[in-house]
Amino acid sequence: MAIGDEEVDWAALVLRVRDHQDRAAFAVLFRHFAPRVKGFLMKSGAGDTLAEECAQDVMATLWQKAHLFDPTRASVATWVFTIARNRRIDALRKARRPEPEDLPWGPEPEPDQDAAMALQEDTMRLGKALAQLPEKQRALIERAYYGDLSHSEIAEETGLPLGTIKSRIRLALDRLRHHMS
Amino acid sequence: MTMIRHHLPDALLMGYAAGTLPEAFNLVVATHVSLSDEARARLGAFEAVGGSVIDDADAAEMASGSLDRMMARLDMLPQANARAPLAGDAIYPAPLLDYMTRGLKWQSVGRGVKQAILKTDGAASARLIRIPGGQAMPDHGHKGTELTLVLQGAFMDGNRRYARGDVDVATEETEHTPMAEAGVECICLAASDAPLKFHGLLPRLAQPFFKI
Repeated sequence: MAIGDEEVDWAALVLRVRDHQDRAAFAVLFRHFAPRVKGFLMKSGAGDTLAEECAQDVMATLWQKAHLFDPTRASVATWVFTIARNRRIDALRKARRPEPEDLPWGPEPEPDQDAAMALQEDTMRLGKALAQLPEKQRALIERAYYGDLSHSEIAEETGLPLGTIKSRIRLALDRLRHHMS
Repeated sequence: MTMIRHHLPDALLMGYAAGTLPEAFNLVVATHVSLSDEARARLGAFEAVGGSVIDDADAAEMASGSLDRMMARLDMLPQANARAPLAGDAIYPAPLLDYMTRGLKWQSVGRGVKQAILKTDGAASARLIRIPGGQAMPDHGHKGTELTLVLQGAFMDGNRRYARGDVDVATEETEHTPMAEAGVECICLAASDAPLKFHGLLPRLAQPFFKI
């Protein structure tokens, strides 16, 4: 019986890649995310060949940077999105992208399980809320992320329900700062 | 972390999350986020929207044999080392220092105000500005959008005070004369997506020359 995507614990699979270089776990991640990354890049204006190549690179980056994934601050889909976005900037705009200062890891090697679980749930709720937005508004948001809108074309009030997930990430950052000090 | 009172507008954080801002604006956002966990969390929320968009994206079929080629490639991929985080200093956060290390040329633009252009490509330009305490920025209006992020000291714009980490967003309609607070020199990172229009004679002559 096929498992519905919603029941797969993607974060656990990335941690298996991180801790055991688990190839089977990686293959599951590849089958799910690579076609989506490719679809995303094609919607962003890449041709089939370039999108295929970049999707492969994004998955290679996931394999190589699994140790940098923090499940208390981002879902796997979010993390994959940031890798794909950076690859797109590199491929289509050939531009540098300044990144915020890295936050050093706290002394605790294991992310807080409950915090990671709560973040995943908030992310899922955000996805459902997005799906329920009026079609016109949702299309505008998608276009912004596909790179079709400039910042001045993005509405000042996005109407996105981001308060919960923002507070969750803020808590994770506070914990990290606490461990660091 | 710095207590921030004037935050970046949502449209700019969303643009940064989506990866569609010009490089000079990206630099301001990355520097601001380095100074504010609140901004970092808001950015994380906008990136989560991107995660949802990619999760719902119409999947495009991968080429046949794609997974096999990927698996064969894995053994040849070096594990990326956790980068030693590039540290900022007391004034300049890491992403900005990164740009400054590629050569910084301070030029005088009058009234004791100095600026240094940072090399970015695209449709916007970025520069560092140093304003002596108590001095006004040259009077200017804008086309497009101008972002000014305070790194040291503070300035007043109208009755609003901007200190370290705060961002002043000026648009086409804004005619303003930011005034550095008395005391320590005010250092700002500014980016604009159109040349500024100065009103005084000298600054106007200097403008094409200094690329501002």
